[in-house]
Amino acid sequence: MSGEATEGGTGPSAPSSGAGGAFGPTPSQTAGPYLAIGLAPLAAHELVEPGSPGAVTISGRLLDGEGRGVPDGAVEIWQADPDGRFPPESAPGWTGLGRCLTDEDGGYRFLTLKPGRLTGPGGEAQAPHLEVLVLARGLLRQVRTRMYFPDEAEANDRDPLLSAIPDPGRRATLVAAGEGGELHFDIRLQGPEETVFFAP
Amino acid sequence: MTTRVEELEEVEGASLDPPYDYPAYRSTALRAPKRPFLVLPAGLEARSAPVFGEERLGQLDADLTRQHPGAPLGERIVVAGRLLDGEGRPIAGKLVEVWQANAAGRYAHSVDDHPAPLDPNFTGYGRCLTGPGGEYRFLTVKPGSYPWANHPNAWRPAHIHFSVFGRSFPERLVTQMYFPGDPLFPYDPIFNSVGDPSARARMVSHFDLELTEPGFALGYRYDIVVGGRRPTPVDR
Repeated sequence: MSGEATEGGTGPSAPSSGAGGAFGPTPSQTAGPYLAIGLAPLAAHELVEPGSPGAVTISGRLLDGEGRGVPDGAVEIWQADPDGRFPPESAPGWTGLGRCLTDEDGGYRFLTLKPGRLTGPGGEAQAPHLEVLVLARGLLRQVRTRMYFPDEAEANDRDPLLSAIPDPGRRATLVAAGEGGELHFDIRLQGPEETVFFAP
Repeated sequence: MTTRVEELEEVEGASLDPPYDYPAYRSTALRAPKRPFLVLPAGLEARSAPVFGEERLGQLDADLTRQHPGAPLGERIVVAGRLLDGEGRPIAGKLVEVWQANAAGRYAHSVDDHPAPLDPNFTGYGRCLTGPGGEYRFLTVKPGSYPWANHPNAWRPAHIHFSVFGRSFPERLVTQMYFPGDPLFPYDPIFNSVGDPSARARMVSHFDLELTEPGFALGYRYDIVVGGRRPTPVDR
C-alpha cells in the first residue's frame, strides 16, 4: 500500500519535495511521546518578567476524553501586545510567543500581558484573545483554539468569531475563568465540554 | 460585521493531513477531538508568525554530533533541504527544530524504556534558522527503528521529528521525516495515517549523493512545504 513511498526518487535531479511524490504540502505527523526533547529547549512560559505591571497568569490543564491530564503535551500561545501589535511592530522585547510543556497532571502555565483588541477584516474589533496550539502523542495533527478573557463580556459578545458560535455552551469553552491576574483555562480534547477547535 | 464562521463537517476527509480519529494508532482514542472543527474566516487569522533571532540559537545547535565530549555512535548523516510555502517559494529566517532517537533506537527521555543502549554522546536535539533560500542543514546520526506498544510486534520506521514555523501561526507544522525504502512502512499506522500515497511520499527523504560528504557522511534531502492546506468550507 505504500509502494510509492518506498521506491524513492534517487536521481540527483529528482524532485526534492519527496521520493516520487508530486509537489505539495508536507503532511502532519504526531509529535509523539518524546516531544519534550525537541520542544523543551526553547520553551518559554514567561512572556514577561515576574512582577511586571499588568502581568497575568494563565494556567490550566490539557485533558483527554476521560478527564485525565495529558502529561506528554505542549501548549503554545501566540498573541498581540497590550496595544494589539505583533512583532516586529510591537513593543521592544515582546515576542508574543509562549511554549509550555505539560506536567504530569497535564498542567501548563503562562505569565503574560493581556493583549489589546485586534481589527477584523471589516474593521470591526476583535475581543482580546490568545491563539492557542496544542501538540501531543495521540494527536496526528496539532489542534488550534483561542482563549478569550472573562472580564471582556461586552467585547466578547460583539466578537465576530465568538458571537458566531451558535451554542452558548460551546462558546464558553473559549473563555477563561477567574479574574484579574489569575486566569484558568482548561483545554478538553474530548467529552461533553470539548473545547472548540479550529481547522486546519 | 458579517464575518461568517462556518462549521466544517467533513474536515478530515477534505485534507491531505491524517485524520484526528485513527483507531489503528491507539493513542488517538481518548485524544482525538470528536466535534466538528470551525473554519476561521481568513480575515480573522493571525497574519504574523513568531520570529526567533539568531541570538537565541547556540552555535552548535545544527550539529547533533558535537554536543558532547565524544562522537555519538552510528552512521553520520547530513539532513538538508528547504522550507517552502504552498507555491514553492522559500521561507527564510524561520525556526526548524528536530528531535530523534539515537542509532540504537533509544530516545534520551525518561519515558523511553526500550532496552537499547543510551549514547552518552547523543541527545538527539537540534535547531537552526532557515537561510535566505529557505535552506536548513543538520549533521546527525541515522536514528534506529524501535518497538512500541501500539499493537503486537509494533515497530516504528526510522524517523526524525521536525517542528517548523511558517509565515503565519496557522502554518506551524510538526511532522516526521522518514528514510527511503524502510521495510516498516507497510506496518506503521502513524505513517499510513496519511491516506494519499503521494502525500505519504512527501514525508520520505531521498538519498542525495551531492549532499553526501566524501569519506564522512551520507546525505539525505528533505524539503518541507507548509501552507496550501486550507480546507474548503462546506457550502450550505
